[in-house]
Amino acid sequence: MAIEWYLVLSALLFSIGLAGVLIRRNPVVILLCLELMLSGGGLALLSFSRLHGDGDGQVFVLMVLVVAAAEVVVGLGLVVAMFRRRIPLDVDEMKELQG
Amino acid sequence: MVEVAFFAGAIGAIGGAIAVVALRNPFYSVLALVVHLVFLAGIFLLLRAQFIAAAQIVVYAGAVMVIYVFVAAYVGGIEEPLFDSAPQLRVFGPVLAAALFIEISIAVLGSALIGLGGEGVADVPAGFGTPEAVGRLMLEDFLIAFEAASMLLLVAAVAAIVLAGRKKETGGAG
Repeated sequence: MAIEWYLVLSALLFSIGLAGVLIRRNPVVILLCLELMLSGGGLALLSFSRLHGDGDGQVFVLMVLVVAAAEVVVGLGLVVAMFRRRIPLDVDEMKELQG
Repeated sequence: MVEVAFFAGAIGAIGGAIAVVALRNPFYSVLALVVHLVFLAGIFLLLRAQFIAAAQIVVYAGAVMVIYVFVAAYVGGIEEPLFDSAPQLRVFGPVLAAALFIEISIAVLGSALIGLGGEGVADVPAGFGTPEAVGRLMLEDFLIAFEAASMLLLVAAVAAIVLAGRKKETGGAG
């Protein structure tokens, strides 16, 4: 299986995630779509790791896993805090920072 | 055989990804992402990344998704109208995503990178992608990154407690 196919697949997954981040309004779903984008990037890293026969890319994917976990924990903490304060879970409604 | 496995995994992963974006109930979106991650782990196996595939299943599909399920259940299944985003984004989002996909595909397929059309180097080092090889790299070459990651996780855990922890109700905005 040519490496190109894996890269095109990773680009497709990244694009689907991007579309989701832009279209959806629920912050939980936006975080899920961010995960899709991260997994697309991870697939590209693993493809190049295989292409060069070098394990560095795999370690990088593990780091991406760690950063994704940290991001999820903080993001979902924010969602829970929003829910507790009765702020509607809709990113379009959160515009107090836009000045 | 590899082709069959790849396309089965790719169809599953893409289907899961589309379901994440298209399903209206966040709870189902989380379950669709689990499906996506499991199929993607199969594709990782084809790339000789056994340890990453196992870590993906255990850490991602196992642990991280449980947090998502808890939060999705806690805030309740809010059924949002699917394409009720701001009108300009409703058109702009998918168009931008499609344009980005086409652009990356052209960049990848048109690049002159050597070996992109092949299956990668034929003589991968022995034990490539096993826990032993990844662990050796991580604890020898990338020790600082490893330690930084552990600090990051600690800070994230503290941040989650501070953000989501229950404050005293009388504490005003708290």
